[in-house]
Amino acid sequence: MMDPGLYHVLFISTALFFIGVFGFLTRRNLITMLMSIELVLNSVNINFIAFNKYVWPNQLDGLFFSIFVIAIAAAEAAVAIAIIINLYRSHQSIDVENAEDLKF
Amino acid sequence: MSGSTIIFYLLSILTLVSGILSVTTRQIFRAAIFLLFSLIGIAGLYFWMQYEFIAAVQIVVYVGGITVLIIFSIFLTQQAGELLPQQNKKRVLLALLAAFCGFALTLLQIIQHSFNKTSETPILPTMENIGNQMLGIEENGFSLPFEVVSILLLAAMIGCIVIALRSKPTTV
Repeated sequence: MMDPGLYHVLFISTALFFIGVFGFLTRRNLITMLMSIELVLNSVNINFIAFNKYVWPNQLDGLFFSIFVIAIAAAEAAVAIAIIINLYRSHQSIDVENAEDLKF
Repeated sequence: MSGSTIIFYLLSILTLVSGILSVTTRQIFRAAIFLLFSLIGIAGLYFWMQYEFIAAVQIVVYVGGITVLIIFSIFLTQQAGELLPQQNKKRVLLALLAAFCGFALTLLQIIQHSFNKTSETPILPTMENIGNQMLGIEENGFSLPFEVVSILLLAAMIGCIVIALRSKPTTV
């Protein structure tokens, strides 16, 4: 086992990204799909921080990008959950197959 | 093998294993709890990289905010003890193939590329530097995106309230 460096962190973030993609493709429940999206966004944040630490430590751009990504992810999750709960009120189910009635 | 290496591998195992369990378990509440552990593992990775501020933000916003929001919405929309429906095998296999191919392709690119560390003097991610840059309006200042994100959060908050309002029965 080597000392962990940039490549190890990139391996973890890549694996986490595709775990999220796999979940997004297989799940059919809106809340679990939202969880997969959170995993994907987190893997992107790990990438930003790792590049900031190991490649460009002379500036803090990666850190600020991750802060903004976290803020936008929080807003996205709040809006998505409001929509999901509204959908449940009218359809008694949060399966994606029922969500196509949302367009009218 | 030093202690830091051992901690790194433990944190990565925690993150990846609970991430995998979170997308494969058939009980939705357990999926949320595994997601929580995965996010804690990521916060630990930030601590390991000595970015304490972003680790604290991760714990406050993700572990304390979004996961609790998800758990509440599970309480509001699911029947207790109900399993998620079984997926058909073909769809799972295709998704696994797509995820694995993407993973292999990306990893190949990463391994072939060599990253060169810059030789300029590093800026430490201390609270003082972060605060000065976050609200700075000179070069390297992030005050415009900061304001844009504030407007976005306000818009999202108003949007949530409007969506969640129960529509009144129309009076004829």
